[in-house]
Amino acid sequence: MSIRPPLDIDALRSRHPQHFQGCGRDRVMALGVVAAAIALLLVGMAGLGFFDSKMLQGASKLWEVVGHLLPPDPGSWSHVRLYASALVETVAISLLGTLSAALLAMPLGLLAARNVVAARVLRLLTRRSLDMIRSVDILVWALIWINVVGLGPFAGALAIMTSDIGSFGKLFSEAIEAADRRPVEGVVAAGGSRLLGVRFGILPEVFPVLASQVLYYFESNTRSATIIGIVGAGGIGLHLAEAIRVLELQQVSFIIAMILITVVLIDFTSNQLRFALIGRKGRVA
Amino acid sequence: MQLPEAQLRPLLAGYEATVRARRWHTLLIFAAIVVALGLSSISAEVSPALLVDKIGNFTSYIGRLFHLESGAAVWTDPVEWYWGLGRWLRLLGETLLMAYVGTALGAIGAFFLAFLAAANVAPNRWLRIAVRRFCELCRTVPQLVFALIFVIAFGLGPVSGVLALAVHCVGALGKLFAELVENIDLKPVEGVSSTGAPWHVAMRFGALPQVLSGFVSYTLLRFEINVREAAVIGFVGAGGIGMDLLEAIRKFYYSDVSAMLVLIVITVSLIDTLTSMLRHRLIGLADRH
Repeated sequence: MSIRPPLDIDALRSRHPQHFQGCGRDRVMALGVVAAAIALLLVGMAGLGFFDSKMLQGASKLWEVVGHLLPPDPGSWSHVRLYASALVETVAISLLGTLSAALLAMPLGLLAARNVVAARVLRLLTRRSLDMIRSVDILVWALIWINVVGLGPFAGALAIMTSDIGSFGKLFSEAIEAADRRPVEGVVAAGGSRLLGVRFGILPEVFPVLASQVLYYFESNTRSATIIGIVGAGGIGLHLAEAIRVLELQQVSFIIAMILITVVLIDFTSNQLRFALIGRKGRVA
Repeated sequence: MQLPEAQLRPLLAGYEATVRARRWHTLLIFAAIVVALGLSSISAEVSPALLVDKIGNFTSYIGRLFHLESGAAVWTDPVEWYWGLGRWLRLLGETLLMAYVGTALGAIGAFFLAFLAAANVAPNRWLRIAVRRFCELCRTVPQLVFALIFVIAFGLGPVSGVLALAVHCVGALGKLFAELVENIDLKPVEGVSSTGAPWHVAMRFGALPQVLSGFVSYTLLRFEINVREAAVIGFVGAGGIGMDLLEAIRKFYYSDVSAMLVLIVITVSLIDTLTSMLRHRLIGLADRH
């Protein structure tokens, strides 16, 4: 091994002056942004009451609560049956909401797609109303539907449907816009009407993509369906909120465990179905 | 030109058979979907009659949202419509602050967990698996459930909401950050390690510069989501404008509901535009370097 010659710092400095400057302008600015972000974080935490004396009490109480959560215990078999049927109800809400939203969103997606509807006004109107639907949270939709059809799972399914029409309409229209134009031209050139062009030129191409998006939403709606139960729209969420309010914490953790297992199972099956639909490599954004 | 009949017949028969098989396949799938729908509509107590009966309520509800107590449309008297503007803006500010603090705390947590959870740089296999499972738990349990539990411990108020947002954020960002770290080029890390540097130094100078812009971009995206979430987390008493919104919905203060919803929608879309501008600048910067 050769011995390294001693470093000549001055020569290095003269050859690469930029590496010996203290701080560049970019670096000062980045540090400034970070410092401002941390300052805002601390001010915000103080403003929201993070440094109050009751935080310490709260932390010890949280520790107690976590202790009471474990081990999961349903209490009795009748509870297990009740929770299982509520969980089935949750999955049913999610399935119904997702599928009906997909059916209703299909024509809207076509209306909002540039390559299908030439009328600009109609397209923009559809898009804006889809945006409006999407920007209202699913919990708010659930509360509105509860006012309309009363407490219960039906309101939950309607809430998921309404909120998903917005998302599906947008996703579908994007998928349709990304479709190849040539099959439609082929159908029209062979004497087909525009409607036939959509049916035989666009639908076969986009259907697998749409179906996989619907499956993905079914998965995520199962999570949402547990949430909307908390405001009274049926399903397991109702029992979960109830158990938390009366501090039956071991039942709470049991219900959470049941939800987790169900979500994992649905994740798995819908992933398998999606791969079957679009192939393992074809990822849908 | 036409093929002779003898040749044409088997070809046509083959085509028919293929089409028939595919039709059967489609029909079977449809039948399965219809059966699933039927079963779930029994379970979810669906009643079309009720819907038809009450659908008028829905349209009239939407209509009443945009009418004042006096019966006039809301836009005829904006002062009356937004009578509580000061209070709502304060609550909206609190909501934004909750989203910011929740996202920041979550991102800080996820930042440290990501390097422990990434398969290519994790110092310890068992620690990595534990961290992964922890992140999964944090993002699968719904935010509102965390909020309900924190409300028991910390009482009603924004602290519970912020903590719930932060815990969920750790789970969601932890996964995304870890995936970013898993996609880095390992050569710089090896270079730093070969000089005898300990693990954390190798991460700081080998891995961090490659992932930092991605981290910031995901965090901004999460902030956007958390603003929406913070607006409704108040439904369980965890601070922000959600508490007032729930009260207004429950007590049928129609014009208040629409006033707050409009405020929320405007704020959310403003934040969306701002963060997407920031992210695009950031991505542009990352490309230039």
